[in-house]
Amino acid sequence: MLDDLTITVNRLSEQSTELCYHCHKCTAGCPVVSEMKYGPDRVLRMVALGEVESLLSSPDIWLCAGCMTCATRCPNDIDISAVMDALRQIAVQQGYPAAERDVLLFHRLFLGVVSQLGRSHEAAMLGLFKVLSHVPLMNDVGAGVGLFLRGKVPLLPKTPRNRAEIRQIFDRSR
Amino acid sequence: MDYAYYPGCSLHSTGLEYGLSTRAVFRHLGLGLHELPGWNCCGASSAHSVSHTLAVALPARNLALAQAAGQDVVAPCAACFNRMKSADHALRSNPVMRAEIESIVGFTYTGEVSVRHLMAVLYEDYGPARIAEQVVRPLYGLKVVPYYGCLLVRPPQVTQFDDPDNPQVMAALLKAVGAQVLPWSHATDCCGASLSLTRSGVVQTLVGRLVERAREAGAEALVTACPLCQVNLEMRQVEQPKMPAFYITELLGLAFGLPEADKWWRKHLIDPRQVLQQIALAGVAG
Repeated sequence: MLDDLTITVNRLSEQSTELCYHCHKCTAGCPVVSEMKYGPDRVLRMVALGEVESLLSSPDIWLCAGCMTCATRCPNDIDISAVMDALRQIAVQQGYPAAERDVLLFHRLFLGVVSQLGRSHEAAMLGLFKVLSHVPLMNDVGAGVGLFLRGKVPLLPKTPRNRAEIRQIFDRSR
Repeated sequence: MDYAYYPGCSLHSTGLEYGLSTRAVFRHLGLGLHELPGWNCCGASSAHSVSHTLAVALPARNLALAQAAGQDVVAPCAACFNRMKSADHALRSNPVMRAEIESIVGFTYTGEVSVRHLMAVLYEDYGPARIAEQVVRPLYGLKVVPYYGCLLVRPPQVTQFDDPDNPQVMAALLKAVGAQVLPWSHATDCCGASLSLTRSGVVQTLVGRLVERAREAGAEALVTACPLCQVNLEMRQVEQPKMPAFYITELLGLAFGLPEADKWWRKHLIDPRQVLQQIALAGVAG
């Protein structure tokens, strides 16, 4: 499947990554670039060079916050956020361990709750995340209690009646 | 005027006061909001991280519900708005994707209903001039900066919301109710979004920068139209004194003199009442 990374990424992201001429505008405007190993423009270069291994095990693909600043500024109209999404999707599909383990865990727990309840349920999701993630257990306990006391983390989920219909969307979208 | 209403998950939880103030303001203006029956989560930033199909299919089901209701659908949450707009864009522009999604969700896409953000409805359909007529308690002296964040304005070809580099809608609404809107540099910068839980340090840095710039501009508060931005802004501030973040609808409701406004302030992690007490004085003096 990954014989040609450019073709796969372009298909999944509906972008033409080969148009990049490395003006670095994406990297200059990226709010999380300081946390990344390569940065958005090098990610595009690595796609072109087919550096599957280092790309799919990089923290960069998981750190992208999806703000789409790069996508809006790119002079060649490449939606680099969509490219990051495509790389995450490939990494998940190929079973690469996420360099940012907690980020993928968060997405999995979030979608797990939505697939069961039809909607997000903070109490369930945050509880599971606290137990399963590497984030220290006592982090954010104060803020969590603050939200709870203001009635913002209801213990019982408010769910739609037709949950089976929503679960079916998850099953069919695999 | 009547609209289908998609509150999204956050408006029942962390964005409680956004939901309450949205309903109150729309009711006051005589704009009907009819909650979509049996709506589901839009998938937020998680669905598009693992499956492109799921990221379109989840909001497509809500579009199908709006289509059945025959009304344009209003979303207050910037992220929900963005996901629904993205799904609508994919269904409109990609016939292969449309066929796949139609079969997954079990509906036929007509493209007849539009996805609207609440601020677009207030600005375009109701208008700042008529909003100004409703003001009984002008917010004279309240110094604020409008914070749009990312998902309302980007990517512009999908969201089609205002000018992506220099949006004006929120400022126009705030000026209509008498607030002092200050120009600043970070109106469309990112707060860190869902990294809040997994990499809180990153979000602390980004939020710290936003608040610093807002303060530099002379603001006493930020104004948002996104529940994730709002909770990040109030939860991830480290430096004292802390600056509250209002929802746009809270300030409209306050200016309209809605009695329930008092219940919204205590839902904030950073109590905004001190800032409001100052403008009560400013209002008397002015």
